[in-house]
Amino acid sequence: MYASLWRLLPGPLWLRILLAVVLVIVALWALVTFLFPWLNGFFNTYDVTVDE
Amino acid sequence: MNETRRRARVALRRQHRPVSIIGVLGEIFLTAGVVCFLFLGWQLWLNDLVVGNEQRSNALDLVEEWNSAPTASATPAAPVAPDGDANVEPVDHGEPIVRTAPATAKAFATLYVPRFGAEYVRVIGEGVSLSKVLNNAELGVGHYPDTQMPGAIGNFAVAAHRTTWGAPFRDIGSLRPGDKIYVQTEDGWYTYGYRSLEYVRPTGVDVLQPVPQAPGAAAADRIITLTSCNPLFSAAERIIAYGVLESWQPTSAGAPAELAGTLNAGG
Repeated sequence: MYASLWRLLPGPLWLRILLAVVLVIVALWALVTFLFPWLNGFFNTYDVTVDE
Repeated sequence: MNETRRRARVALRRQHRPVSIIGVLGEIFLTAGVVCFLFLGWQLWLNDLVVGNEQRSNALDLVEEWNSAPTASATPAAPVAPDGDANVEPVDHGEPIVRTAPATAKAFATLYVPRFGAEYVRVIGEGVSLSKVLNNAELGVGHYPDTQMPGAIGNFAVAAHRTTWGAPFRDIGSLRPGDKIYVQTEDGWYTYGYRSLEYVRPTGVDVLQPVPQAPGAAAADRIITLTSCNPLFSAAERIIAYGVLESWQPTSAGAPAELAGTLNAGG
């Protein structure tokens, strides 16, 4: 999968490395902005109140 | 000769090997594992920093709002210099002003705990609903609706997270007897002195009684109770911190000297 992605990247080696780094940063940004806050809604495990 | 070899190598590289399902699955699993660890790092560390900062700047905004409100027209006097005021007789400002509880999720007070950091300040909102108050980048600390308000005889009980969602009470276990817990409202400053910790089961609601753990007893002290989860990263128990009101001063008397740094840092 990652090998195929790497082959899809155009240009010389330095450009491919640059593009790969950019792709990783975009992926991390998407995780932090969309996936993680959404996932967080399912983790109300740390209850802090006392109740009956 | 060299040229042919190079071309052969390039051709080999370009040649698409058949994609194996097992290989792709393996890569997906590895990626999912990495994402899980990233999520934990985000939830337990990075997001706490981001949300904590947001909660702090919201608290400073609220204080700013109070200071610019016409009711607080009296300019806060400069705090007394912290050095050499140990012998100064504290001014008695009389009975503390006690407000009635506001509507659910309304911000009505700010909380300062120097032990949690020199710049620590959080908003206290009404209610302990997770979605409306505790899991919230604007509020973060919630007041138990059936307990008393700041300064009242009885128990002013608040709850907040120890991990995740800004973790306002992350360092609750590091409080030491004598540490100050300051609550500010539009009316003034309530200085509580931290007394002790207690660990109870999640159903230990008697910590919220006007006299904690003594249902029915006649209240005489003005108590603050902080509740959070215990142990860290678990919700098996609750950690409870108690404090007792030591002094009160109206807004016009200025901020307690210990908080001068906190407030100036924000201004």
